[in-house]
Amino acid sequence: MTLEVKNITKVIDGRVHIKPTTLMFETGHFNVLLGQTGSGKTSLIKMMAGLDPIADGQVLMDGQDVTNLSTQKRNISLVHQFFVNYPHMTVYDNIASPLKVAGMAKSEIQGRVEEAADILQLRPMLKRRPHELSGGQQQRTALARAIAKESRAVFLDEPLANLDYKLREELREQLPELFAGRGAVVVYATSEPEEALLLGGYTGLMDDGNVVQYGRTADLYRKPASLTSAAVFSDPPINKAAVTKIGDQIKMGDATWTAQGDAMGLSDGNYIVAIRPHHVTPTPSDRHTVSLTGEVLVTELSGSESSAHFRLAVGDWVSLSHGVHPYEIGAEHPFYLDPSACFYFAPDGAVAAGATL
Amino acid sequence: MAKITLSKLRHSYMPNPSSPDDYALKEIDLDWSDGGAYALLGPSGCGKSTLLNIISGLLVPSEGQVLFDGKDVTKLPPDQRNIAQVFQFPVIYDTMTVFDNLAFPLRNRGVAEARVTERVTEIATMLEVNDMLRTKAAGLSPDNKQKISMGRGLVRDDVNVVMFDEPLTVIDPHLKWKLRSKLKELHQKVRATMIYVTHDQTEALTFADQVVVMQDGEIVQIGTPVELFERPAHTFVGHFIGSPGMNVLAADMRDGGAFLNGHHVSLEGPVITQDGAPQIGIRPEFVRIGDTGLPATVRKVSDIGRHSVIEAMVGDTSVKAVTEGAVPEQGAAVHLQFQQDQTRLYCDGWLATKGAAS
Repeated sequence: MTLEVKNITKVIDGRVHIKPTTLMFETGHFNVLLGQTGSGKTSLIKMMAGLDPIADGQVLMDGQDVTNLSTQKRNISLVHQFFVNYPHMTVYDNIASPLKVAGMAKSEIQGRVEEAADILQLRPMLKRRPHELSGGQQQRTALARAIAKESRAVFLDEPLANLDYKLREELREQLPELFAGRGAVVVYATSEPEEALLLGGYTGLMDDGNVVQYGRTADLYRKPASLTSAAVFSDPPINKAAVTKIGDQIKMGDATWTAQGDAMGLSDGNYIVAIRPHHVTPTPSDRHTVSLTGEVLVTELSGSESSAHFRLAVGDWVSLSHGVHPYEIGAEHPFYLDPSACFYFAPDGAVAAGATL
Repeated sequence: MAKITLSKLRHSYMPNPSSPDDYALKEIDLDWSDGGAYALLGPSGCGKSTLLNIISGLLVPSEGQVLFDGKDVTKLPPDQRNIAQVFQFPVIYDTMTVFDNLAFPLRNRGVAEARVTERVTEIATMLEVNDMLRTKAAGLSPDNKQKISMGRGLVRDDVNVVMFDEPLTVIDPHLKWKLRSKLKELHQKVRATMIYVTHDQTEALTFADQVVVMQDGEIVQIGTPVELFERPAHTFVGHFIGSPGMNVLAADMRDGGAFLNGHHVSLEGPVITQDGAPQIGIRPEFVRIGDTGLPATVRKVSDIGRHSVIEAMVGDTSVKAVTEGAVPEQGAAVHLQFQQDQTRLYCDGWLATKGAAS
C-alpha cells in the first residue's frame, strides 16, 4: 500500500493553513507527523482521510486518485486524541460496527473482533460498555476497531495524549507491533519528539502548515536541515544564541570554545548556535567543557530527569540531566556545554555545520 | 494557614466493611506542616481523590479524624473548613471580567474594596494576567481560564489550605510546563499549605517538597522527590516514578544472597527481612552493558535521541538499561552490570535491604 499527497493545500477564509505539500507514505514502518499544536498535523490528516475538502492537489492510494472519494469509500480508520466510542454499544459491538456497516458475515465479524480483542487485551471486557472502562481500555477499543477493519490506511492523531504517562509508555511500546505485517499505511501525529523517535520509521516535521523536513526519523533528529527543524525536534526547547566564528574560535557572549567537526570548516562570520538541552549539563565532564553561569529561573523534575531553565546574557536556556537534583531558584548556577554537540545555522536558518555526535 | 493532621483515617464506600479489601482508603496517619507544598500522587483508582474529598469535607470518613491546627473538622462541611479548591476544569463566571472573577471570593466574604483591589492586583501580577483584568472571562483561552481559576484559589490569604485537583488536565501539553513551574513559584511566594493531587509524576515532583505516593488505597511512600527516585520504599514507587521505571526482577534467595536466573547479584547492603516474594529492584540508569556480568541477550534497542533504552533478556527476565553512546545490536549477547549501591532487594513489594550509608 502507498498513500501519496501531491501539492495539497488548504485555505480557510483566504488564509493558507496547509502550504502545498507533497509526501509519499508506505507500509512497513510508522509514518510520523511531528509538530506542535496548530502546526497542521490534524488538518493534513483530515484531508488525507477525506474529512476536509482540499483546495488544490491530489490524494492517491496505490496510485489511484481518491481526492474526490468520500471517507467511507477510502477504507481508512481514524483514532483520535479523545476516546471516540459509541456509548450505548458494548466493546464487542464498538469493534464490530464498521464490519457490520460493510455487510460482513456474522462469523467473520466474530473472528476479526476476537483477534483484535486478543491483541489489545480486551477479551474480558467485550461485554462492557465504554463508561465501564478506563481511559486506556477505551483507547484500546478504538485501536481494536481500526485493526479489525483491516483498512488500507490508519490515521492515529495523538492517540496517547490523554492517557496517564505509564499507560502511554506501555501502549507506545506495543503500537508498532500491533500494526506490523498488517499491510496498512500508518500515519501517526504527535507533538512529542520522544514519541517520534520511539515509533521510528519516517517522520515529517511540521511547522506553521508546512512540512519543513521529511526523512528517516533518526536522521532528522541528528541532521536537521534548518533551525526550524531542530527546534521542532526538541523537547524541552532547543537552546540557541548568536555566535561569531573567528579563526578556530566560536564566541558566544563571554564564552568561547574551539570549533569541532564540521564547524572547523565554517568561514569566519556570524551564525546561530543550537544545542539540545541534554548536552548542557550541571556538572562538567571531558566533553562538557564550556562553562556558562546563569540564574536558575524554573526547574522541573520528571521522575528520572531534571531540567533547569536558566538566564544567560544571550537568552534563556535549558539544561536536562539524568537523576533528580533540586536546584535553588534564583541562584547563580554553573552549566557546561559540549562543543561537539553544537549545530550551527546561517542567519537565515539554513544549516551551516552539523554536530559531531 | 494550618497544620493538617490525619489520624487513623480509614474509608469504605460499603455500609459494613469487614476485610481490609473493603476499604478504598487503608489506615492513614499523617502530619502536614503549615506552609508546606505537598502532592498526592498515584494512578486513577488509588484513593487520592477519596483522601482529597475527606480533607475538603465532601466526604466523612468511616473512621478516624481530620484535624486543622489540632481542631477536629472531620464532620464539618466544606464551607465551614475555610479552604480553597482548584478543580480539573476552570470554575469561573464567563460573564464577569477577570478582575471580578478574582475578586469574587473576597467580595463574597465582605472584604473592603480597597483591599480587594490590592490583593487582586498582587495575584494578577504573580500570574502575569494584569493585561487581561478588564477582559470578560468568556473570551479567554482554556489555559488562561484555568490560570484565573488558580488565581481564585489563591486570592484569599486566610484559608487553611489550598487544594489542587489535577489542575492541568485541560492545559495544552506544550503550555503545561509553564503553569507547572508557575505553581511552584506561587507557593514560594504565598507560602500557604498546598495539596496537589495528580497522576503525573512531573507535576507532583516539580511542585511538592514532599510527595505522598498512593496505590490501592494505601500510602506506599512519603518522601522528597530525591528520596522517591533514589530509594523507592516500594516496587510500585520505583515503577511509577521514572521513565522507564525501575526494573523489578523476580529473584531467588539462597545462603543470604540474591540470585537472578541462577547468577548471584550483589545488593546495596544487608538484607533486613526475607518475608515474602523476593525481587531485585534497580533503575535502568544504573544498569551498564559491559564485558563481564550477567549474561543477557538484547531484545530491543530504542534510540530516543538523548539516550538509548536497551531491553535485554536474562533468561526469561527482561531488564532495561539506559545508555548513552554506542549500543549493541538486537540479538547480541551482552553482559549486564548492576551498580551495587543502587541494587536493592524488595520482599512482597517492600524495601528489604539497608543502604550502605544508612
